[in-house]
Amino acid sequence: MRRARTAAAAAMSASSGAGLRDQVWDALGAVYDPELDEPITSLRFVTSCEVSAEGRAQIVLRLPTPQCAPNFAFLMAADARRAARGVPGVREVVVQLEDHFTGDEINAALTRGQGFTGAFPGETEDDDLEALRELFTRKALIARQARVCERMLAAGAAQEDVVAARVADLPSEDPDVPRVLELRGQLGFQTESDAPAFVTPNGAALTPDQLTRWLRAARLVRTSLEANGGICRSLLAFRHNLEPDEEEEAR
Amino acid sequence: MYEKNGEKYFIVDSHLHMWSAGPDNWVKGQEQYAKGWIECFHAYMGLGPPETHWPLEKFMSYTHEDFEKDVFEDAGVDHAVFQSTYLMEWYTNGFNNAEQNAALMEKHPDKLIVNGRFDPRDGDAGLKQLEEDAKRWNLQGVKLYTAEWNKGSRGWRLDDDATQPFWDKCKELGIKNIHVHKGPTIWPLDKDAFDPRDVDKAATDNPELNFIIEHVGLPRIEDFCFMATQEPNVYAGLSVVIGGLMHARPRFFAKVMGELLFWVGEDKMLFGSDYGIWEPKWQIDGFLDWDYPQPEHEEFSDYPRLTTAGKRKILGLNAAKLYGITVPEGMGDAEAAAKDDAQLVEAG
Repeated sequence: MRRARTAAAAAMSASSGAGLRDQVWDALGAVYDPELDEPITSLRFVTSCEVSAEGRAQIVLRLPTPQCAPNFAFLMAADARRAARGVPGVREVVVQLEDHFTGDEINAALTRGQGFTGAFPGETEDDDLEALRELFTRKALIARQARVCERMLAAGAAQEDVVAARVADLPSEDPDVPRVLELRGQLGFQTESDAPAFVTPNGAALTPDQLTRWLRAARLVRTSLEANGGICRSLLAFRHNLEPDEEEEAR
Repeated sequence: MYEKNGEKYFIVDSHLHMWSAGPDNWVKGQEQYAKGWIECFHAYMGLGPPETHWPLEKFMSYTHEDFEKDVFEDAGVDHAVFQSTYLMEWYTNGFNNAEQNAALMEKHPDKLIVNGRFDPRDGDAGLKQLEEDAKRWNLQGVKLYTAEWNKGSRGWRLDDDATQPFWDKCKELGIKNIHVHKGPTIWPLDKDAFDPRDVDKAATDNPELNFIIEHVGLPRIEDFCFMATQEPNVYAGLSVVIGGLMHARPRFFAKVMGELLFWVGEDKMLFGSDYGIWEPKWQIDGFLDWDYPQPEHEEFSDYPRLTTAGKRKILGLNAAKLYGITVPEGMGDAEAAAKDDAQLVEAG
């Protein structure tokens, strides 16, 4: 994917939209699939991303199947739109969800600048889907912080040390730490350097007697997220004849 | 029987279909949904070994002869349970309704079991229909599909008040196996429609019934497992787990199996091929060979092991028990096997 993007960027380098296009792409890299907690760019959900010299961004999204849940589809499309609009120089954004059974409803609502109720009038009163988003932000945090904790234990940290650890003690080289803190921030949990490094799903500090159970439950959540991500990637690859994408199996 | 390395295995495929999903069966005006549905299923077939893939045309309309060869001849399946899925809003004669399935059952009455369905939104008419279906096909089970559209409604929940009369009717009619499929679903639109926790109340309130959660609640394996540990009458249907992960994502398959063996246990896991999505042969064969990836990484070290005796239970004996199927001599007795090595590793 990265290679494809570089090639596309190189091909466009003559146009003044190219630099802007890379910035929009990078902004899309901060849009996460709320269910899988992975960026929509690395999941290969962004079919195309074009930005004209005048700052008109056109983003096309695709999901693993036409039947993927409309609420998550809407969140990703709306988040992509917001992310692209935040890039200086971008004046207009059109996001289009292709090949989805509620794509017409979602695209029309986004074009009108409406929320979820605009896409499905009369079927929902939840315009911003915050409760749904929070539920999955919590699952994502449970899964991801346990990954960090397991790595610390595997590297020789004692159980009592990980429980007593503070945010400042989290290994700076661990690739999951920035996202863990981002998720904590989204949930309104403390992220200061003296806050507990690992927390329960409600944001309370972990206690020593909870650790084993906490890790066990977290591993299940993580396995579920990762297996779903695997199925989504495989389905997408099969439907669009993409090269296999094995990166997540390696971690 | 499935034979491998001189050993014979008794196979009960607890989840398969005989569907009709070609353009001739699409409801006028709903073609996009009917087409999208079967194309989505076809993509799942892509997760199996390439040599087992079918072209879409065959996939939409496979025949009785295909079924007999793939399920009975090649895979040696002894008994199979049809899980009827109606989808009448999208498919004129239903996607794979009990009637379609029964046509094949009548050719193989000693091998095939048909499960019916109900939809609480049909009210009294639905209760009456369930009663007729139960008598007609001697139903022991139903497959419930909570994402089905019905006259403007886009789904329902097992813990709706309107559902209880149907549970009572099931008990009255001798229907005891409730297969539940969550999704792909969109309702409630603004909530997590895959959340399997409505099964919790239904299972607690109706201890006489067995709830088999198909696809182990995928994509919510974690919610399913947390619930299943608390409900003795909740089972894990392995369709899609084996078909969708064992070949395509072997490492994740090993983790999911490890988690299921830990939280649910080998006595409550049921093989289902989900045919026609995937042929059963490669699934049975690969599952008999399966073990945690070698050399074994530490991340698998505290998962329960799965012995051949455990595989026998999952591939046939557990379902045989639920459906009252007689297991031939020498194939392992489900009751006895369950006692020996089914100890769950205690959490904490």
